[in-house]
Amino acid sequence: MASIKISRESCKGCGLCVRVCPKKILRLSKESNNSGYFAVEIFAPESCTGCASCAVMCPDCVIEVER
Amino acid sequence: MATVFKKTDMLTEVPFHYCPGCTHGIAHRLVAEVLDEMGCQNNVVGVAPVGCAVFAYNYFNCDMQQASHGRAPAVASAIKRVAPQNIVFAYQGDGDLASIGMAEIVHSASRGDNITVVFINNAIYGMTGGQMAPTTLIGQTSTTCPGGRCAAQNGNPIRVCEMLATLDGPAYIERVSLADVPSIRKAKKALQKAFNCQKEGKGFTLIEMLSSCPTNWKMTPEQALDYTKNEMQQIFPLGVFKEVK
Amino acid sequence: MKKLMKGNEAIAEAAVRGGCRAFFGYPITPQNEIPEYMSWRQFEVGGAFVQAESEVAAINMVYGAAGAGARAMTSSSSPGISLKQEGISYICGAELPCVIVNMVRCGPGLGGIQPAQSDYFQSVKGGGHGDYRMLVYGPASVQEAVDIMYTAFDKADKYRMPVMILGDGMLGQIMEAVELPEMVDVASLPKKEWATTGEGHGATRRIINSLYIQPDALEEVNNRLFSRYKELADKEVMVEEYMVSDAEIIITGYGTVGRVAKSAVNQLREKGIKAGLIRPVTLFPFPAAAYERAASQDNVKQFLCVELSMGQMVEDVRLSVNGKKPVKFFGRSGGNVVTPDDIVSVVMNEVK
Repeated sequence: MASIKISRESCKGCGLCVRVCPKKILRLSKESNNSGYFAVEIFAPESCTGCASCAVMCPDCVIEVER
Repeated sequence: MATVFKKTDMLTEVPFHYCPGCTHGIAHRLVAEVLDEMGCQNNVVGVAPVGCAVFAYNYFNCDMQQASHGRAPAVASAIKRVAPQNIVFAYQGDGDLASIGMAEIVHSASRGDNITVVFINNAIYGMTGGQMAPTTLIGQTSTTCPGGRCAAQNGNPIRVCEMLATLDGPAYIERVSLADVPSIRKAKKALQKAFNCQKEGKGFTLIEMLSSCPTNWKMTPEQALDYTKNEMQQIFPLGVFKEVK
Repeated sequence: MKKLMKGNEAIAEAAVRGGCRAFFGYPITPQNEIPEYMSWRQFEVGGAFVQAESEVAAINMVYGAAGAGARAMTSSSSPGISLKQEGISYICGAELPCVIVNMVRCGPGLGGIQPAQSDYFQSVKGGGHGDYRMLVYGPASVQEAVDIMYTAFDKADKYRMPVMILGDGMLGQIMEAVELPEMVDVASLPKKEWATTGEGHGATRRIINSLYIQPDALEEVNNRLFSRYKELADKEVMVEEYMVSDAEIIITGYGTVGRVAKSAVNQLREKGIKAGLIRPVTLFPFPAAAYERAASQDNVKQFLCVELSMGQMVEDVRLSVNGKKPVKFFGRSGGNVVTPDDIVSVVMNEVK
């Protein structure tokens, strides 16, 4: 059981986390946040292993990981 | 469930101003995490450069000084000398360190100043809008070499780690990359090594981080990571260049 | 007990006794005895000394050490001071205290190593980029330089700005008997709450910086700096006035020239010419009131400003006299030094 918490309003939608997620369960949202960025979202949270690759790659520290 | 990853307390709450996909933020986080894990909350001073990282003083949750262009090692050296009990680091980009500040970095390394320099090499001047840097690759375009850097006209990229490793002063010099997760984990280990060297009083340490600049490279963040891996690492090979046991 | 000392060495010792515990320099004639002295003296007192790779690095080391709370200084001579100006501007912008000694040599360019006063402008008008000034002294003797140096760090700390001591090759190289002050107890100096001592974290962290992107924020800084300069003008002006009350001609000059001019005043008096002297000790703040007062005296007919330059301080003299009386100028440059006889003959032949 693992989960990630995305601070949506701080995300700049760079997509680097999407690239490195080994389970390929992240994508950029179709709706922009208040800064105009298409923030990342998790679409299959049940598959998350809590490996923290997304958080390690994130340049803006917007992802918290629990495991 | 336990929290296995969250933003370190050695970074402030201020959001980074960096462009989407810029790896400065990763470098900041790694430095801050290492300082946090070393228990340096109340005995560290950082020096911010001129360039994209000029606002680093807003992000590192510790005493900070902002230095004039290229002079961060001189500033850091003095801060360390008047309070040697502190961990002192300078954070510099490639224009700052390898162009205007070349004298300062060489002499700080040569003196063996007991400081840690975090050197962000993204092969371009970011803040000023993408001009050629001393580290720009041959063939790489910039606003001041729009046809691509040409050795005959613009000179060649400078390999800072290799050059500084010829000096007797440095205790630890390593080049790492921020282009993928394993590299980032390795980069953190390099920083730990450098800061521990400083703690043990071994002398000058420098970690060069190959970093990407999607905005000025005119690439997507993903393409920029590929460029770092496939092109930059060819010219700037990763590895340890100096290690005093 | 008085001790016979070379100007440069006496200034260095006075700095140490005034609490200087960090010195960063670079060799340039005619100030080399200062870093040479500091290289062993700072070691003795547990301070920091670095012979930097350049004047640029040296002033930035001063920035770092001053920002960390130490009493830091550097010394140089004209071309070296030109190089330091960017750093001085940063120090002023970041509101850091320090001391800078400039043993002026003649210019422009590489110029020469002989005495000159051609750095007046770059010392009192800012010198680097942006709006700033610093507290500038022009001592005329080794003892005066020692006394000024000794309290310079107190002034720098009080006003959070650099203090510049403007001398020349003569002041640096001359040997005179001096009374040295007691050693300041550095540990007992007040703590600088703004300094980056390393303990800051969260709400307590300190930032030394001169970057203000918002126009209003930067304007506020500039206003704060200039309110301090106003305070300097109110509290820190130092000037020597000699035989001004009945004078018909006021001779004015600072530093070593002020000393030469005083001899000239005495010689002129012996010849029956009523000469007086105004010798600014602080060059910024400029002792404008002394000139205003003299210019308002009916007996004062004219002023003669003497400098080792093509005429720099004379502009401030004219601003202070404000057209009330004629202000003439006599200067030598290129390293030539005026003698009392030169001044006497200028007064006898041209001015009188």
